[in-house]
Amino acid sequence: MADFDFNVVWSSLPFLWEGLQLSLWLTFLSIIGGIVLGTLLALARLSGIAPLALLAATYVNLLRSVPLILVIFWFFFLVPLVIGRPIGSFYSALIAFVMFEAAYYSEIMRAGIQSVRKGQVHAGQSTGLGYWQIQRYIVLPQAFRNMIPILVTQGIILFQDTSLVFVVSLRDFMTASSIVARTEGRLVEMYLFAAVVYFIICFSGSMLVRSLKNRMAT
Amino acid sequence: MIDIHNISKWYGEFRVLTDCTTKVSKGEVVVVCGPSGSGKSTLIKCVNGLEPIQQGQIHVDGAEVTAKGADLTALRSRIGMVFQHFELYPHMSVLENLCLAQEKVLKRSRTEAEERARALLARVGMSEHSTKYPSQLSGGQQQRIAIARSLAMDPIAMLFDEPTSALDPEMIKEVLDVMVELAQEGMTMMVVTHEMGFARKVADRVIFMDVGAIVEDRPTADFFDNPESERAKDFLSKILNH
Repeated sequence: MADFDFNVVWSSLPFLWEGLQLSLWLTFLSIIGGIVLGTLLALARLSGIAPLALLAATYVNLLRSVPLILVIFWFFFLVPLVIGRPIGSFYSALIAFVMFEAAYYSEIMRAGIQSVRKGQVHAGQSTGLGYWQIQRYIVLPQAFRNMIPILVTQGIILFQDTSLVFVVSLRDFMTASSIVARTEGRLVEMYLFAAVVYFIICFSGSMLVRSLKNRMAT
Repeated sequence: MIDIHNISKWYGEFRVLTDCTTKVSKGEVVVVCGPSGSGKSTLIKCVNGLEPIQQGQIHVDGAEVTAKGADLTALRSRIGMVFQHFELYPHMSVLENLCLAQEKVLKRSRTEAEERARALLARVGMSEHSTKYPSQLSGGQQQRIAIARSLAMDPIAMLFDEPTSALDPEMIKEVLDVMVELAQEGMTMMVVTHEMGFARKVADRVIFMDVGAIVEDRPTADFFDNPESERAKDFLSKILNH
């Protein structure tokens, strides 16, 4: 133990902070994008329009059957091919995360939408509201509220998954820690520190989920 | 006003409505009763197109509800509907519940919608609760608000789907009082209910249904004093003498 030197953490804090910012920013944008796309997929699956529902279901099942790391790779190489110019690691990773997470968020939102009583839709219809108005003002707010704890839980998993972006040479918090660990030769200290940071963030998230659940139960 | 002509409806193989025909004129109050599962709720949900039918036609104020490509949203905004489980929007305050469709469908301004909402809340005796949320209110209060929400759209007719059957007995009266007042003001109403006292008091006609068919459709006094069918007699003896 006497040989451990945690000063390395202090001296590299600005570098690590940059990495953490990238992780958090990527998580935040992916959650927003994933929920928006996921909600549209869920609406498509529940639309009652057979081809649309089939398309959405195929998408969701496909994306849920491949490893995330593959999807990240895939978009890194695929997106420049499709749009004809490189867009950079960050945006390709962001697109990959949004597309991937949307598959999971769509299942959560689908359950949320189905948790809203059919009578609520009838009430909206009986006052002359149209399909989109009913979704926008009546169904989705309730679906979203019912599912907040699960959406946050999925966000925590997403945050952990952002550590995979090293494969497209993005410098997230995990990658930054690794770099410091190797260049300074302080592997144990840095990986311990990284673990503590991930733990604090994810555990706070879990506590938030618990308090949200308690608040909703009352 | 409401013209139901020979309609039938199936859920898969199961026939829930069989050749139902009736009319409700302007200003008329018609009570629909019958044993549970007789199709009475389904029948009134067909009137504003919440339930599709496979055979027959329904016209409301001259427009065919059942026509292919009928503008159901426009039509529904003119017919109010009150549900067994109130169906107030739980994430909105009472006032917002009353304003939503006024603003989005009738394109009233916020001020206009709120003014109308407050007037109707006063009418159903709920003025002091406008900022509350549905979960803070009793069933009877919620149902009165649901009625006000429908009235806010200035409907030409009102449909009631068992409006008091989810209520505790002591709350039934407050809801029925509102409905009686509405009937006496000349609102066209079609009411599915087991409240025979209400039927006797304000209904012009009573429709009795059994296994998806209209068995009796007669003036209120006739129906109660000498029901023709055995099934109606049986139903009345069960519901009136306990």
